[in-house]
Amino acid sequence: MGVFELIRKDFLLELRRKSVIAGLGLYLFSLVFICYLTFNLRVNTINAMTWSALFWLVILFSVVNSVAKSFIGERKGVLIYYYTVASPQQIILSKIIYNSALCLLISVSGYILFSIFIVNPVQDHLVFFSALVLGSLGLSTSLSIISGIASKGNNSNVLMAVLSFPVVVSILLMTIRVTKNAVDGIERAASTDEILNLLAINCIAAALGYILFPYIWRS
Amino acid sequence: MKKTWWKILAIVLLVYVHIGGLLFAVPRLRIHETIRSLYFHVPMWFGMTFMFLISVVYAIRYLVTSSKEDDIRSVEFANVGTAFGVLGMLTGMVWAHYAWGLFWHGDPKQVGAAIALLVYLAYFVLRSSFQNQEQRARLSAVYNIFAFASMIPLIFIIPRLYSSMHPGDDGNPAFNAYDLDGRMRLVFYPAVIGWFFMGLWISSLRIRYRALNEKISETEL
Repeated sequence: MGVFELIRKDFLLELRRKSVIAGLGLYLFSLVFICYLTFNLRVNTINAMTWSALFWLVILFSVVNSVAKSFIGERKGVLIYYYTVASPQQIILSKIIYNSALCLLISVSGYILFSIFIVNPVQDHLVFFSALVLGSLGLSTSLSIISGIASKGNNSNVLMAVLSFPVVVSILLMTIRVTKNAVDGIERAASTDEILNLLAINCIAAALGYILFPYIWRS
Repeated sequence: MKKTWWKILAIVLLVYVHIGGLLFAVPRLRIHETIRSLYFHVPMWFGMTFMFLISVVYAIRYLVTSSKEDDIRSVEFANVGTAFGVLGMLTGMVWAHYAWGLFWHGDPKQVGAAIALLVYLAYFVLRSSFQNQEQRARLSAVYNIFAFASMIPLIFIIPRLYSSMHPGDDGNPAFNAYDLDGRMRLVFYPAVIGWFFMGLWISSLRIRYRALNEKISETEL
């Protein structure tokens, strides 16, 4: 089975179980709504830094919830079936691509929800969307691999949180900085360093995952 | 590594570093006498990086060879590296208390180092959550490589993007300011070498202890 067939299978399964997508959407919506209520945004305003931090935290929580189940919670029989039909490299690639697509969907809809309920202060859309794309790619790449490791442990959900936090922090710091620059509309040259760093982190995470996943998968 | 000369060298160097570090003259600069922290704080981070480097090399070797010894070496070097990191953090906090007025200042370097230590603590949590020894060794070797790959940017790259009050940034005096001052190098380099050998010594003792324990449990079976 090729990479594309695996991705197609993931999408088909997701579309058939509409409850998962609906649940994820509702989760995202409630998170944004809680932010709206707790910050009392009808009367208050928030500054650029708070907006970007809040935005990425909402995205992070939704993504952790959706990507975590890419290996955790799969039934044992399904895993053995994958094992017989595809190579580990194909599996991790298909998971990374599928999760990135899901993650992009989540972050774009999060952005739409934020602009409806909170504000849409983004001035430089090109920089903002490049942060969005690179951030989603980075988060889904590293979380897919971590979820592969955590699924083998005893208490996978706790393990997932403990293992992913430190890896994700550097990606989040970069994206929040770029987002803040985009919100403030600062000249683009100010964000190039962070964008290049994000790109480098993504490449390292993807390369390490591709090389090391066979060792995680074998068991 | 069974020879004794490097152990004696470590002791001699560290005795010399502690006496010289506290008594020798240092240049008078903005951070005054607290500059002596260089002899005790900075070698900890050097030691930590070396230990983690050795640990990740053994982790890669484990993935190739699958031998139990490589796994034990990898985890013990990570243990000693984490201990160095904690000591580096504590000595840095003592210095910050006198130089900045606060133990925890939230400086980018402090934050980056704290996250890097959390990565390695997560490594030990990961290890404790497996019962199967082979699986534990394999997955923690994989995570060790990830941890090393995220430790390098967290300590050496990301803090440099932010403005920091840590010596060495934004014109604050640090080691490079004394390129002409050989006096500090005479203590600093021995400190780095001494702590490196001390780390090797501690980890080799722990590795031998673990190996003996394994042997005992095997004979009891």
